[in-house]
Amino acid sequence: MAQIEVRHLTKIFTSKDAKVDALKDISLEIEQGDIYGIIGMSGAGKSTLVRCLNYLEKPTKGEVLVDGKELGAMSEKELLKQRKDIAMIFQHFNLLMQKNVVDNVSFPLLIQGVKKKEARRKAKELLGIVGLEEKEQSYPAQLSGGQKQRVAIARALASDPRILLCDEATSALDPQTTASILDLLKDINQRFGITIVIITHQMSVIRKICSRVAIMAQGEIKEHGLVEEIFSHPKTREARELILKDSDGEHGDTAGRTQDRLMEAKKIRIVFSENSSFEPVIANMVLKTGRPVNILRADTKNVGGIAKGEMILGLPDDEKLQKEIEDYITERGLEIEEVTGDV
Amino acid sequence: MFSSEVIQMLVRGIGETLYMTLASTLFGYLFGLPMGILLTISDKEGIKPNWALYKVLDVIANIVRSVPFLILLIVLIPFTRMIVGKSYGSTATIVPLVAAAVPYIARMVESSLREVDAGVIEAARSMGASTFTIVTKVLLVEARTSLIVGVTITLGTILGYSAMAGTVGGGGLGDIAIRYGYHRYEADIMAVTVVLLILLVQIFQTIGMKLSVHLDKRK
Repeated sequence: MAQIEVRHLTKIFTSKDAKVDALKDISLEIEQGDIYGIIGMSGAGKSTLVRCLNYLEKPTKGEVLVDGKELGAMSEKELLKQRKDIAMIFQHFNLLMQKNVVDNVSFPLLIQGVKKKEARRKAKELLGIVGLEEKEQSYPAQLSGGQKQRVAIARALASDPRILLCDEATSALDPQTTASILDLLKDINQRFGITIVIITHQMSVIRKICSRVAIMAQGEIKEHGLVEEIFSHPKTREARELILKDSDGEHGDTAGRTQDRLMEAKKIRIVFSENSSFEPVIANMVLKTGRPVNILRADTKNVGGIAKGEMILGLPDDEKLQKEIEDYITERGLEIEEVTGDV
Repeated sequence: MFSSEVIQMLVRGIGETLYMTLASTLFGYLFGLPMGILLTISDKEGIKPNWALYKVLDVIANIVRSVPFLILLIVLIPFTRMIVGKSYGSTATIVPLVAAAVPYIARMVESSLREVDAGVIEAARSMGASTFTIVTKVLLVEARTSLIVGVTITLGTILGYSAMAGTVGGGGLGDIAIRYGYHRYEADIMAVTVVLLILLVQIFQTIGMKLSVHLDKRK
């Protein structure tokens, strides 16, 4: 049985003059010990979804089950208790600004009625785990963004949660700090077996630590599955967009113009998997056929230790030549698919 | 420059003014703080929205704040007599002062608590904090510097009201300023009482601001 089970979740926000469907019939399962990513552009509904997982937001319809228990059926009191198991960290850290680091980390324990002395002892221990022992007397305002997030992580761990929800936890951080926070999360996941749910709009975050991912847009889950799988075979336009947008701000405009010019030519997408991305397939193909192809886009990256990549080629108009090229590529064990305008 | 009787009277005036101001502020917060908290949490953006409760408190606060203080003073005379036993003197003045202070303080508290970052409140909710815990351990703690500034401003306002109450036999420095300075044309006594009032406000302000800065850990 999955640790978190979401069944047909719908959330509608009603204000005076508008009704917004933030979530439309969402179903998903998250296994114990997994690092599960939920990615989407802003406004996709991912923050609402994650808040439904601890019932900070009450869904309009549908069920959320944590360890088989339905949150919607719980009384207010039971729910407050259940939240002890589901910790959360945030984009803007949300620390108590008037309390020092050790008091911030003790806070969830004090809420649960743990004695102050015991809470502080545990807080200090947790600060050790996140590497901030020497900052225990500092106030949040004196810390860097990365340090604040570490305090928030220590605070989240204080109640010995079984699930950690991360709402854009690295979005306010620079790439280097992001990497170190992600390493810490991975470490926590492995060390304590805590299930982690990560909400982000950065594909790089998903690639770095998630094993599974759900792609959200317009309040729906467009696609979900293993990260490697989605990277190599994105089925939906949303997934492709997110993968291509990742890691490069620069090919936005120019690529669009190039595509306009090449609108008529046939375009194919080649997916590299395993080791093949280290073999000069395209160069060999060009040498063999003697005809140039236009590389519209190329992207290879490391997914969970395995080289993954994709390329989009603009083929010559000649149909015979197109077939020749496609055959060559398939012979090399690569997958191809034809792509249309909006790659 | 002044006779010893005048000086004695001024000292007593300071004492009465301080007594009225501090006691009214204290009692004012006794009722105004909970009222401000209720206003904040029952608001539709609050942590425990309750439209009816919010509306009731909101209307009460607006009505009391609309009535000019002197009118309030007179209207409340029967009530004051019931509580204190008489309707004049410093102690009796405290009753209308508290009545005027409560909604004023409630609004001050409300505006301070509203400044607390919604994210921090959400974080506390995610930890399973109850409404009571959020109020006592998050709202009041995070807003404390702003709340202290509120107390400082309230003290200044109540001090001004207490001087006004002097016109109807409330005692204190205001009373002296009216009786000697205004009715008997003793401008020097009036000047001194005014200077004393200014000094008191100045002292409250300085202490309040120092305390609030000292307690602010955001920098």
